[in-house]
Amino acid sequence: MNDRDPRWLDNPRNVTKIVYGLATLCALSFAADLFYDKHPHFGFEGWFGFYAVYGFIGSVGLVLSAKWLRRWLKRDENYYEGPGDD
Amino acid sequence: MTNPALLMMLGALGVPLLRGWPRRVLMVALPVGGLVLLWLLPEGTGATLELFGLVLNPMRIDGLSRVFATGFLVAALLTSIYALHLRDSLQQTVILVYAASAVGGALAGDLLTLFVFWELAGLSSAFLIWAGRTERSHRAAMRYLVAQVLSGLLLLAGIVVRVGAGEGLEFSYIGLGGPGGMLILVAVGIKCAFPVLHAWLTDTYPEATIVGAVALSAFTTKFAIYTLARGFPGTEALVWVGAAMTVFPIFYAVIENDLRRVLAYSMINQLGFMVVGIGIGGALGINGASAHAVADMVFKGLLFMSMGAVLMRTGTVKGSELGGLYKSMPQTTVLCMVGAASISAFPLFSGFVTKSLILEAVGQEHRTVVWLLLLFASAGVFHHAGIKIPYFAFFAHDRGFRVAEPPLNMRAAMALAAVLCVGIGVAPDLLYGILPHAMDYAPYTTPHVINQLQLLLLASLAFTVLVRTGLYPPELRSVNLDADALYRRALPAGWRAFTHGANRTRRWGPPVRRRAARLWTVATGPLRPTGRVAIPWATDLMVLWGLLLLGVVLLLTLW
Repeated sequence: MNDRDPRWLDNPRNVTKIVYGLATLCALSFAADLFYDKHPHFGFEGWFGFYAVYGFIGSVGLVLSAKWLRRWLKRDENYYEGPGDD
Repeated sequence: MTNPALLMMLGALGVPLLRGWPRRVLMVALPVGGLVLLWLLPEGTGATLELFGLVLNPMRIDGLSRVFATGFLVAALLTSIYALHLRDSLQQTVILVYAASAVGGALAGDLLTLFVFWELAGLSSAFLIWAGRTERSHRAAMRYLVAQVLSGLLLLAGIVVRVGAGEGLEFSYIGLGGPGGMLILVAVGIKCAFPVLHAWLTDTYPEATIVGAVALSAFTTKFAIYTLARGFPGTEALVWVGAAMTVFPIFYAVIENDLRRVLAYSMINQLGFMVVGIGIGGALGINGASAHAVADMVFKGLLFMSMGAVLMRTGTVKGSELGGLYKSMPQTTVLCMVGAASISAFPLFSGFVTKSLILEAVGQEHRTVVWLLLLFASAGVFHHAGIKIPYFAFFAHDRGFRVAEPPLNMRAAMALAAVLCVGIGVAPDLLYGILPHAMDYAPYTTPHVINQLQLLLLASLAFTVLVRTGLYPPELRSVNLDADALYRRALPAGWRAFTHGANRTRRWGPPVRRRAARLWTVATGPLRPTGRVAIPWATDLMVLWGLLLLGVVLLLTLW
C-alpha cells in the first residue's frame, strides 16, 4: 500500500524510536517525583511514583481483563440481525 | 423577554423553506442569536402563567441553567456548521429543534415545562436516527424512541405524584426522599445512562447518521445531567452509581470494534464523572459536573465529528477495517487527536481543568475507594478514547484507503471545537467564570500537572508494550453482549418460547398466538416504515403533539 506514498512512520525503525522516546519520557516523569512537594488528600498519593505505577498497572489490568471478558461477551457480528430481533 | 429556545424553534421552521446560502446563514445565525439573547437576559425568573391553579414558569435564568444553556447553544452552533453541507432539510431542522429543546429544558423553571422539552428532545432526536432511512436505522430509532418515551412517562408519573402531594410544579431540589423522587430519578437515570438502563445509548447512537451522532452526543445526556444537578445534588447513591458508570464501560470500549460505539461507551464513562460530582454535591462537585458537561459537549462532539468524517469518506468506522488514514486525512487526524487529548485530560486541554474539579471534590471528602475508581477510569478513558480511537482509525495498519478530507464546513466545525478544547484548557477561567458557584481552585499546580502526566504517560507505555508484545486484543468483527441483549434477544426469544409452549396445549395455543399476532400488527402498524408515525413529520405537528400532551398532563394534575 505504501509503495507510492512512503512516510516516515512506515519505517519500523522510526516507530521503535518513538517507543524509546516514550519510554524516556516515562522515566523522566517518574524521576520528577523527586523534585516537588506533594499536597496529597490521601497518604498513598505521597508514595514515590504512585500515579505512574497506578496508571501502568491499571491499564495493563484493564486491557487484559477486557480481553478475558471477550470469552463470554463476544458474539458474531450478525448476532442481532437474526430472526430474534424485531 | 424572549426565550432563546423559542427563538431557535421558530427559526428552525424557516430552515426547510430556504435554500442555499440563506439557509446556511440561518442555521448558523440561530445558535449565535440564542447565545447573545441568553447573555442579554437578566438573572431571575421570566413571566409566570397560571393554569388550573398551577404556576408555570417557562424561563428561569440562574448560574446553573445559564452554564448548561450556554453549552447547549455552543454545541448547537458546532453541529449546525458540521451539517451545513447536507442537502437534507429534515436533519438540519431537527438538529435546531432538538438543540432548542435542550436549551428550553435547561431554562425551565417548572417541572411541566421541563417535561414538555424532555419529550420534545426525545422525539425530535429520534429523527436523527430515522434519517439513515434504512431498515436497520428504522429499528434502531424505534428502540431509541421506546427508551425516551419510557423515561418521559416515568418523569410525568413523578410530576403527578409531586403535584398530588401538594409540592407544586416548581423545579428545584427534589431529592430521593421527596414525593415522586424515585420515579423522577429513574426517568433521569434512563436518559443519563445509569448502569443497566444505559443499553439504549450504546445500542442506538452508533446507528445514527453522521451528523445525527454528533447532535445526539451533545444534548440528551447532558440535559439529564442538568436535571440531576438541579434536582438531586448531594444524593449519596449517585456517588456509587456514577463510579460504576465510569468503570464498567471502559472494559467494553477496549473490545468494541465499532469506533462510534467505543465513543458511546466512553460517553457513559464521562457521564459517570459528572454523576459522581453531583452525588458529592457542594460548590466544587456541582461546578465540576457543570464544567465537565460543557467540556464534554465540545470534545465528545469533536470526536464524533472526526469519526463521522472517517465514516463519510471510507464508509466504515470499524476498527478492524480502518488504519493508516493519517496519510490522506492529516487535518482530521490532528483534530481528532485534540479531542482525544481533551477527553483524556492532558494538561492544556479542556478535560484537564474540568475533570480535576470532580476528583478534587472527591478527594476533599476523602472518599478513597471512589477516588481510586475514578483515577482508574481516567487511565481507562485515555486507553480507549485517547489512544484506541486515533490509533486504529488513523495509524495502525495501513488499509490502503486513499480518500479526501471531509468537506470544508465539517473541518471548520472540528477546528472550532478544537480551538474551544484548547481555549478552555489554556484559559480555564473563561469557563470557571460562568460556573454556578464561587470557588477557589487552581488546576495548574506542579503536583497536579506532573501526576496527571505520570498517569497518562505510563498508561500509553502500557498500551505500547501490550501492542508490541501482541497481547493487545485485536480488533475483531464482532458485537459484545450488553444489557441490550435483554430486549433484543432474551425478550423476543422468551415470547417465542412462551407461544410455542402454549401451542403444545393445542386447544388454546393457536387462538392466543393468532390474537397476539393480530394485536401486535395493529399496535405496531403506525410504527412500521410506511406507517403514520415513521414517515417524516413536520415540526409543527410535533409541537402540536407536545401541546396536546401538555393539556393531558394539566387535566391529570387537576384531577
